[in-house]
Amino acid sequence: MEEKDKKQGKGFTRRDFIKKSAVGLAGAGLATLSMDSLFQWNPALAANIAPPKFKLEKNPVINVLRWSGFVKSDEQVWNANTRKWEKETGGKVVTEYLSWEDVRSKAAMEASVGAGHDIVLGWYDDPHLYPDKLLDVSDVAVYLGKKYGGWYPVCEVYGKLYGTNKWIALPIGSAGICINYRVSWVKEVGYEKLPSDINGFIQCCKKLKAKGHPTGFALGHAVGDGNTWTHWWLWSFGGKAVEKDGKTIAINSKETIQALDAARELYETMIQGVASWLDPHNNKAFLSGQISVTSNGNSIFYASRNKFPDINKDLMTMNFPVGPVGHPAELSMISQAFIFRHSSVPNAAKHYLTYMFEKAQYGKWESETWGYITQTLQDYYNLPAWKKDPRITPYRECVKRMLWNGYAGPLGPASAAAMSEYVVVDMFADVCVGGKSPKAAAAAAEKKLKKFYR
Amino acid sequence: MSRAGIESGWGGLKTPSVGLLQRKGVLGFVFTLPADIILLLLLAYPFVLGIWLSFTNTIIGRSGSFVGFSNYIELFHSDVFWLTAFNTVFYTCVAVFFKLMLGLGLAIVLNQDFKGKGLVRAIVLLPWIVPTALSAIAFWWIFDSNFSCINWFLLRIGLLKTPIDFLGNTINARLTVILVNIWRGIPFFTIGLMAGLQTINQSLYEAADIDGATPWVKFKSITLPLIMPLLAVITTFSIIWTFADFQLIWVMTRGGPDNATHIFGTLSFQRAIAGGHLGEGAAISAFIFPVLFISVLITSKYLKRET
Repeated sequence: MEEKDKKQGKGFTRRDFIKKSAVGLAGAGLATLSMDSLFQWNPALAANIAPPKFKLEKNPVINVLRWSGFVKSDEQVWNANTRKWEKETGGKVVTEYLSWEDVRSKAAMEASVGAGHDIVLGWYDDPHLYPDKLLDVSDVAVYLGKKYGGWYPVCEVYGKLYGTNKWIALPIGSAGICINYRVSWVKEVGYEKLPSDINGFIQCCKKLKAKGHPTGFALGHAVGDGNTWTHWWLWSFGGKAVEKDGKTIAINSKETIQALDAARELYETMIQGVASWLDPHNNKAFLSGQISVTSNGNSIFYASRNKFPDINKDLMTMNFPVGPVGHPAELSMISQAFIFRHSSVPNAAKHYLTYMFEKAQYGKWESETWGYITQTLQDYYNLPAWKKDPRITPYRECVKRMLWNGYAGPLGPASAAAMSEYVVVDMFADVCVGGKSPKAAAAAAEKKLKKFYR
Repeated sequence: MSRAGIESGWGGLKTPSVGLLQRKGVLGFVFTLPADIILLLLLAYPFVLGIWLSFTNTIIGRSGSFVGFSNYIELFHSDVFWLTAFNTVFYTCVAVFFKLMLGLGLAIVLNQDFKGKGLVRAIVLLPWIVPTALSAIAFWWIFDSNFSCINWFLLRIGLLKTPIDFLGNTINARLTVILVNIWRGIPFFTIGLMAGLQTINQSLYEAADIDGATPWVKFKSITLPLIMPLLAVITTFSIIWTFADFQLIWVMTRGGPDNATHIFGTLSFQRAIAGGHLGEGAAISAFIFPVLFISVLITSKYLKRET
């Protein structure tokens, strides 16, 4: 795979990316990384690492708030693993499933009042909105990191309190996003597969459109799909919202203008109506054969397996193409598990989360969801689940290749607000749909960002 | 206990409390106390808290500090806020106008005697009965950019060459959400005004008929003046609900495309709950209050004048 990457991607391998990212992060002071822990992992040694000892409270009942499964098997396996833990420990876990977009507000309310669930599986910046309300989970994170080959660099940014080595959350997995495309149509326009560089990608999409096979990328207020692809596009051209200091707004740059110009070219290849697309739209358009290319989690693959066999046969996935910046720069949705300090069962909560991360449980979760959850611990890159189908294999790269929300600034209320206000999505929509000049759109985005990063 | 004993017992109680309760003001206060407590807890407290939050820089999960009018000043410098203010006023004015016109027309028609009147009245009520979120999802499908049944039909019969982008174009999106709001709001006007129409004494129309009045004259000189107080109240309620709408737009567009359908309710939710900036979100929602207050004030003044 790495050899393949070298051939495709200008001699840049995944390992190069991890190393560069790690160095970059460490340099930025955003995370303190041990390169040894990342690359000198020894499975034999790992087996001997003793888990932290947690003295469980008497008859513990853990209340868990988590997002509803995107794929059916997610909740089934999660619940089965939970029942196993209950059997082994005598504890009890009550899991409340909520639509993924509603978890943030409920968790925030619980943080405010200091009561509610013990564990929350939230998203993106959630733990960084109320870090003082969360339990230090460094013991669990360090143990898991040592045992399973280390956390990916971006997970250290997501899990650790900004500027410290203290873990306030455990990145449990990413709903990875990849390019999904129709093989036969790509072949029809003279390509063996979609190009892995952005310029080649645009050219191929133009040919697809000319043949009556438009592409489709969400430009409406789609929390997941809209934000992920537009951030990838922006970062791939070297653009970013804010500098490392978290104060200097960097969006109004020549790199952003370049990204917007290129996005306008891509927009010309898209099907009509993408400006109204919310999260479910691209799945439906792809599965109904209306579009040839989109970006999505593996739910298209998952749904097509049983319900759309013809589409499934013709479906291929790949990681986001690399842009002029020269290395992968993607955004995937990441979920983080955190424990509130108001919990009356902190030890049981830590024990439960550790258990759910262990290979026996996590591997099954990965396998049964067909790779919907991309691993955050590096050892799980080699789980057999990723080889079940070549269409799910690219998803294991997602966390490796991703940056964090609000890059290159810190995670926190500003990055959360910028994403929820669709600043980047609207900037692209302004140019592609609204007819604004890239310069004017970048200036408008800059004004919006200044409001949040004060 | 003897009758005398009972009387003396009551007599003993009468002086301090029963006597007090017999005072009109006190008794009224006691009877309305449960309702007052509910209103205070569920309406007044959240309202005052919202106003207070709008003067703070509270972020979700963290306590904020007093920042005066800073949130409001920020909003005045925000393009998104002004676009939202325009959207809200446009949405309310157009939707309420059409709901009023169509609702009134429908009420007059349904007030006539015809076969199956009961069934038609029940059907007219349906949009009002169906939960907004549910009907919004149905309309989301009907006006879907790629799967719209309207587009499908018009393309099939050859009236269209390319599908209409109902929700992806800023102007179309505004008009579409207004259309759905009108559909949903008409029954409220219709049923409310029908109740008013039925209270009008038929002898007035009979007298007008004898005088040779045309239907328009009868409507202008009898119907309209007599239902005007009711019309004012219904319109005020409709303005309040439309101005403070949320569900319909949140389900259909999330305020997109490019913030073209954001109204105060949706922007406030987005900023306060999804974005975590409770102070600013509260300031946005506070802008709903003066408009609603003025419309209530105008209506009540009008009603006072009428009585």
